[in-house]
Amino acid sequence: MRKMSAFNITALTLGFAFLYLPILILIVYSFNESRLVTVWGGFSTRWYGELFRNEGLMDAAWVTARVAFVTATVATVLGTMAAIALVRIGRFRGRTLFNGMIYAPLVMPEVITGLSLLLLFVAMNFARGFWTVVIAHVTFSMCYVAVVVQSRLLTFDQSLEEAAQDLGCPPWKSFFVITLPVILPAVLAGWMLAFTLSLDDLVIASFATGPGATTLPIKIYSQIRLGVTPEINAVCTILIGLVAFGILAASLASKHRLLRTGNAT
Amino acid sequence: MAKTLGPVRRAFAPWDDPSATPLIRFEAITKRFGDFTAIDNVSLDIYEREFFALLGPSGCGKTTLMRMLAGFETPTEGRVLLDGEDISQVPPHKRPVNMMFQSYALFPHMSVADNIAFGLKQDGLPAGDIKARVEEMLSLVKLEPFARRRPDQLSGGQRQRVALARSLAKRPKVLLLDEPLGALDKKLREETQFELMDLQEKLGMTFLIVTHDQEEAMTVADRIAVMNHGSFEQIDPPSVIYEQPNSRYVADFIGDVNLLDGALETRGGARVFSSKALSNPLPVMPPDDTPDGSACIAIRPEKLSVSLTEPEQADGLAMLKGTVWDIAYMGDVSIFHVRLSDEVCTGQDKDETVPVLRATIANTTRLVERPIAWDDAVWVTWQADAAVVLPR
Repeated sequence: MRKMSAFNITALTLGFAFLYLPILILIVYSFNESRLVTVWGGFSTRWYGELFRNEGLMDAAWVTARVAFVTATVATVLGTMAAIALVRIGRFRGRTLFNGMIYAPLVMPEVITGLSLLLLFVAMNFARGFWTVVIAHVTFSMCYVAVVVQSRLLTFDQSLEEAAQDLGCPPWKSFFVITLPVILPAVLAGWMLAFTLSLDDLVIASFATGPGATTLPIKIYSQIRLGVTPEINAVCTILIGLVAFGILAASLASKHRLLRTGNAT
Repeated sequence: MAKTLGPVRRAFAPWDDPSATPLIRFEAITKRFGDFTAIDNVSLDIYEREFFALLGPSGCGKTTLMRMLAGFETPTEGRVLLDGEDISQVPPHKRPVNMMFQSYALFPHMSVADNIAFGLKQDGLPAGDIKARVEEMLSLVKLEPFARRRPDQLSGGQRQRVALARSLAKRPKVLLLDEPLGALDKKLREETQFELMDLQEKLGMTFLIVTHDQEEAMTVADRIAVMNHGSFEQIDPPSVIYEQPNSRYVADFIGDVNLLDGALETRGGARVFSSKALSNPLPVMPPDDTPDGSACIAIRPEKLSVSLTEPEQADGLAMLKGTVWDIAYMGDVSIFHVRLSDEVCTGQDKDETVPVLRATIANTTRLVERPIAWDDAVWVTWQADAAVVLPR
């Protein structure tokens, strides 16, 4: 490797600092003894203890976890089905449109997605709460799952399923015993992605939510309007840890898949 | 031409026996994909214990025909019969045939043993029987030490064997082989061809192979069907396909051949072939019912002799005078390109209308006193019955 010039090192340092310094400060101050957020009073895990005694935050965390779990599961099933339809069923009418529509929610402004869903729920007279948040999250996160699974399916050798059928396995069963295990890393990566997307979503959730379904990001956002407490720092640190774990697990899963298929061909 | 061609391998020829019933029967099959006709009204009988090859260039419909037997394609018209039963509408997983895929299609998340056991498990066989059969298959393809490996830990040749063992494990009535050796290198491919033949003989099974490699088809098959544009050009044992091609296409597709265009005539009771490009008419021996008129003759390069001295005229000896244009020394044989013209010319002013004959001469002696050299005037001769008269 070439030796990096001073300019490159500076650019890299500044770039990373710009991205991660705020987060780093937040993490550091979550271990602050002092009640004042900006004054360092020594190392302590006190606020983590406080956090677990804060019922409001803990309730919100529990709601978020449930929403994220249900969202990820439903989005994975729907997204995988959409990916299979797009890859397998050749050129059906409206395929290009459908394909484009899968990508659209990835770039759609969240405010618009949230607002349109809110209008829909109101028009349908749908009581807003846990399930409306799940529905809203599924609508955008299933697209991410579809994209991830679709890219894996494109390299999937279709003759594997034919071979299974040729050996006496009915078509529906050959999907579950051959195709699904082979694409499983991508499906799991999709699930992780959907889980983390749901976990940290504020905008769409705040449109779709109702009484009794306050998610953690909404709770945090409403609390900082009353002033930042070290407790918030602590909960954010935990959230960052979870999201980082999710992304890491998803990328490891797909990397593992790459290594395996890389050897196989 | 009532010439006999000697016994076919193993003297096995149920297709000549009118009382034999075929195992597989394709009955007036047509397959269309939209406007494109992939297979055009073909019929074919394949007999038990036969090693049958579908040979043709890519896109000739050979793979589609095979996939119809496996059940992955359904005929637009016609029927596929197996053991006298119409299986045209039976789904792939209910057919007693197995296929070895071109890509091998090994299940990447399963071990070698699990791959081989897959089909047996689908049949719900008891675990003990499955284990015994898997071991039998592993020893058949000599892969016992690799039972616990995954496909990605095997070489190409080993994977090919696993695919073979997997498709044989259920003892299918017919084994379908889709370009089975295409991914192997030349040497391994030749070895495997002989192994396939031995295996087929040992197991007494019916094999149907699809290939575009004519050498492969000639080596392994009892009979070959040469396909072109969705229909059969000729269905015969390899020796007949080679020595008595029924069309210009088959003669040209299988092996090397010299093709000359001209006309068939009857002179004084004898049949001769003449052409403006040839200095003299050539004796030929077509079947008696071949009409005079426009025709073409096909002569294999190894049937030709080349000499520096003018041979004696004899009955039934075709003779043409020419000039050596090119020589390729291959070790075992030398290939001579002889222009049928007296003039010596260089590459630039070569007249493309002068026919060039290709003669393959075996180098039977180590030393030749006066070898034939470039630009020598030579006589090319062959026996009249070596030339096959074909419609133009």
